[in-house]
Amino acid sequence: MTTVVSGSDLAILVGNRLLHSVTLSDVGAAWVTPEALVDVCRFLHDDPDQAFELLSSVTAVDYVEFFDVVYHLTSISRNASAVLKVRLYGREALSLASVTSVWSGAELQEREIFDLLGVSFDGHPNLKRLLTWEGFQGHPLRRDYLEPPLPYTWPHGG
Amino acid sequence: MTMHTQPVIVNIGPHHPSTHGVFRMRLTMDGENILDVEPVIGYLHRGSEKLAEERHYTQVITLTDRMDYVASMTNNQAYVLSCEQLTGITPPDRGLYLRVIAAELQRVVSHLVATGFFLQDLGAFATPLMYAMRERERVLDLFEMLCGARITVSYMRIGGVFQDAPGEFWPALRRILDDFPSFIDELEDLISDNEIVRSRTQGVAVISGADAVNASITGPVLRASGVSWDLRKAAPYDVYDRVSFEVPLGEHGDNYDRYMIRIREIRESLKIVEQCVAQIEPGPVRATTAMLFRPPAGESYVPIEAPKGELGFYLVSDGSIAPYRMHVRAPSLINLTLLKQMLVGWKLADAIVSFGSIDVNMGEVDR
Repeated sequence: MTTVVSGSDLAILVGNRLLHSVTLSDVGAAWVTPEALVDVCRFLHDDPDQAFELLSSVTAVDYVEFFDVVYHLTSISRNASAVLKVRLYGREALSLASVTSVWSGAELQEREIFDLLGVSFDGHPNLKRLLTWEGFQGHPLRRDYLEPPLPYTWPHGG
Repeated sequence: MTMHTQPVIVNIGPHHPSTHGVFRMRLTMDGENILDVEPVIGYLHRGSEKLAEERHYTQVITLTDRMDYVASMTNNQAYVLSCEQLTGITPPDRGLYLRVIAAELQRVVSHLVATGFFLQDLGAFATPLMYAMRERERVLDLFEMLCGARITVSYMRIGGVFQDAPGEFWPALRRILDDFPSFIDELEDLISDNEIVRSRTQGVAVISGADAVNASITGPVLRASGVSWDLRKAAPYDVYDRVSFEVPLGEHGDNYDRYMIRIREIRESLKIVEQCVAQIEPGPVRATTAMLFRPPAGESYVPIEAPKGELGFYLVSDGSIAPYRMHVRAPSLINLTLLKQMLVGWKLADAIVSFGSIDVNMGEVDR
């Protein structure tokens, strides 16, 4: 059975290695600072005792006051999993370092986040919209997204 | 005198029979050779994740059917497992067994479709595909008995399954379990040692194990590269810890291994169904749950081994009747990460075959 590394354990591990990188932790996840993200990921990927080789999933959640970018990590060799998060405040010009240098599997997923939630990733090799088309306005998965009115009307109203 | 060529950009898709849906590849070609690949997706984007925020937890099950529409059962399963983790509901045993039977039959179907279309892409026009589709129909008949639908099943529920299997289900399943091994043998006789198939697929579009892991590739594509990682073994859900099966592994990570892994996984899936049929006992199929599913605030992510790879629903609950956020970890999308690396240097005809060997489903890529 997969060992689930709890958020508090992960916070201690990461905090011991990289000082002042962890801001918060609970039973499920550990939050790290945006500046330390790539270093933390590099440590979790490279360190033989951690060995999180597989980045299962990257996503983001809009909590209105802030965004959480969520990384689900998996270690195949140790059969373990952990959740890492980064909290970004504000709604405009959100940016975060890309982890594609550590896991290339983040490439399409970060593009999806950029497209649907409007968080841009610095250092991403090809950051552009993934699911919506070029020229699409807004980011549909944000809580305050409103669909623009149609540029035409049907005959007989509607 | 030297001959000069200049790179030409070739669009394949979005409407093309070999793209398995509405997928577009923008290829930069030098004659027949591929210099650059850019996948363009999103033509089937329906905003399932946004739609889920407006629906009850139970209503979202029907949305999950429409993601990977060749493997609806496993989509249902991943979703309800995430919901159950939010509240800690444990379904009764019979429900769990029915889930695994349905999910493994779905894996057989998905792998048959993958194999059929893979050979279609290779130029084996229609015959293998029709053989695969013919057998798929029989499994879909079973799904119809279980829940009345063939593709968009919505069979699984939070806390179990929708209803018990009817009486006629078991003899029909028995017949399929008896017939299938010989059908797979027949398919293999036609294909596995075929010289054309081998020369077109062996050594083509190789992915190394380390590259595959780094690119978050999962499922048969990862195992074809020799990495032993199957969530049914690593993190057994439902009743996978009560059945024994093997995880087939490839050696080279080429197109042929990806085809072969699927054939061998079909055999293992049939073994799992056999064991479930032997172990299943009468009883309730669904736990008693509230009419309106209202989980406490929190989040859950339960990855499962879907036919295409690791499928998981990341659910964030704020204590209301609808998910605050749902994210689908779609294996089809993420398995495309290495497409460029796979195709560059090969010919156009190999691009079509290699793309088919990843087995993506556009409903899941675009969601």
